[in-house]
Amino acid sequence: MSDLLGYIVTGLGIGAGFALVASGLVAIYRVTRVVNFAQGAFAVLAAMLTASLLGSGVPHGVAELGGVALGAITGLLVGVVAIGRPGTSPGTSLIVTLGLGVLAYAIEILIWGDQPRSYPGVPGVAEVGGARLQAHYLLIVAVTGPVFAVMAWFFARTDLGKALSACASNRYAAQVVGIDVRRMGLLAFAIGGALGGLAGVLTTPVQQVTFDSDVALIVNGFAAAVLGGLTRPGVALAGGLLLGVAQTLVAGYGGGAYQVEVALVLMLTVMIVQAARTGPVAETAR
Amino acid sequence: MSRPVVEVTGLTVRYAGATALDGVDLAVGEGELVALIGANGAGKSTLVKALSGLLRPHAGTITVRGRLAQVPEGREMFGDLTVDDNLRLGGWRNPEGRRGRDTSPIYELLPELSDLRRRRAGSLSGGQQQMVAIGRALMARPDILVVDELSLGLAPLVVTTLVGHLRTLNTERGLAVLLIEQNARLALDMCERAYVLETGRIALHGAAKDLARDPQVTAAYLGGHVEAGGGLEAGGHVEVGGGQEAGGRLEAGGHASGGHVEAAT
Repeated sequence: MSDLLGYIVTGLGIGAGFALVASGLVAIYRVTRVVNFAQGAFAVLAAMLTASLLGSGVPHGVAELGGVALGAITGLLVGVVAIGRPGTSPGTSLIVTLGLGVLAYAIEILIWGDQPRSYPGVPGVAEVGGARLQAHYLLIVAVTGPVFAVMAWFFARTDLGKALSACASNRYAAQVVGIDVRRMGLLAFAIGGALGGLAGVLTTPVQQVTFDSDVALIVNGFAAAVLGGLTRPGVALAGGLLLGVAQTLVAGYGGGAYQVEVALVLMLTVMIVQAARTGPVAETAR
Repeated sequence: MSRPVVEVTGLTVRYAGATALDGVDLAVGEGELVALIGANGAGKSTLVKALSGLLRPHAGTITVRGRLAQVPEGREMFGDLTVDDNLRLGGWRNPEGRRGRDTSPIYELLPELSDLRRRRAGSLSGGQQQMVAIGRALMARPDILVVDELSLGLAPLVVTTLVGHLRTLNTERGLAVLLIEQNARLALDMCERAYVLETGRIALHGAAKDLARDPQVTAAYLGGHVEAGGGLEAGGHVEVGGGQEAGGRLEAGGHASGGHVEAAT
């Protein structure tokens, strides 16, 4: 029983990382209709930079913020390349992000090498209802919750957030009222970059980061995001947490080798069911 | 005509070689109600997009003195957002910034919207959405409202209410309106001056009253021969605009060519 509880809390911690990546994908997709395959790279770059900063004596907190900031800047740059040119179709932009994700590998290896990196997070072991787990998982959950709350507030209550939602809801009408949809798209990429960066920064102490860690993140993040048709951040959060818990349970009671397969099976199931019900994902999103 | 708010000269727009607008001259004066009528594909929507700056003209000039706001064809709601958020976003470019996004003046101008403010715009009826679209455009504090297809798909009674609102805004606030309409009867009845757009060119323009009696216009856009002009005075009431159009179309069957019938739909 205490094993189970431990797995669940650990799973929530891992799932929070997926949820952050997923919400970044959703933030970008809603506004730009681009599936951003460079999303995992934001996490890796942010984690790598944080590791370097901590290694050179920058205190905790500042180093992590630096990582998130790099995620946001990288997001913006990817956005400029992917959607900066007027008239670029979402399909073309998708391929561009895929290419930039591969380019990120080269840059990461050039700067940080190909060895896994990590850094200490919250030290020690915590006890939750008799279950023992790494205390850092609690930090991940404790940060992710408020981040989602702030995001919900931002999109629902601020004019800037509403303008982003307006671009998601009706691009033409957004142009009619004078919203610069391209600039909003770039803002969405920056937000997505920050969320991806946060995911990398938060999870690296419990899961080492290598240049190709982005694959697991993007697969799981996409699986979580696609649950809500790539447009619903709340569903992406729930999906991410569910995936995290499911994978931890599979690893705990079965074998660790099957973790990514859980995400793939879930993603494929959802996509097949959705396709059978309402047509392609892009269609359900409208 | 008073000092123009919008002045278009020699406007030419081409899509991939095809000419959508060819040397269009058009002006709307301060506080003036002007109609632009024309058949499907005449270039009306292209003109609206060019006026709103959503489309770069190939040649010609568009001068807007003051602010122009658009009520787009098909209402174009932010369907997932509330009515209040729809209105608020209309003030996005309002020079007064945050204060300019206060939606309360709109509920005074269009009281029908007060009870709907928390509703999702996508869940409203067509008429309610059209009212939101007008309110959203008003949030930009425009000097001229470009209304693209006011009556399309709406019940005659709803159209009457909307026309009433536009007239009030015109007389009380001096708001100029450029009404782009397929329902020529409605447009000529509401406006002082009118332009007729045919295949990208201004074919006719003049006082709405004169155009309503013009045999060419009556045949092509009012669904009947000149006698229908007499009927227009009686039928000029806006509430019968929609029904009249349908009736007129049947009547026109004998007189107008196929192309003309199409124009009346």
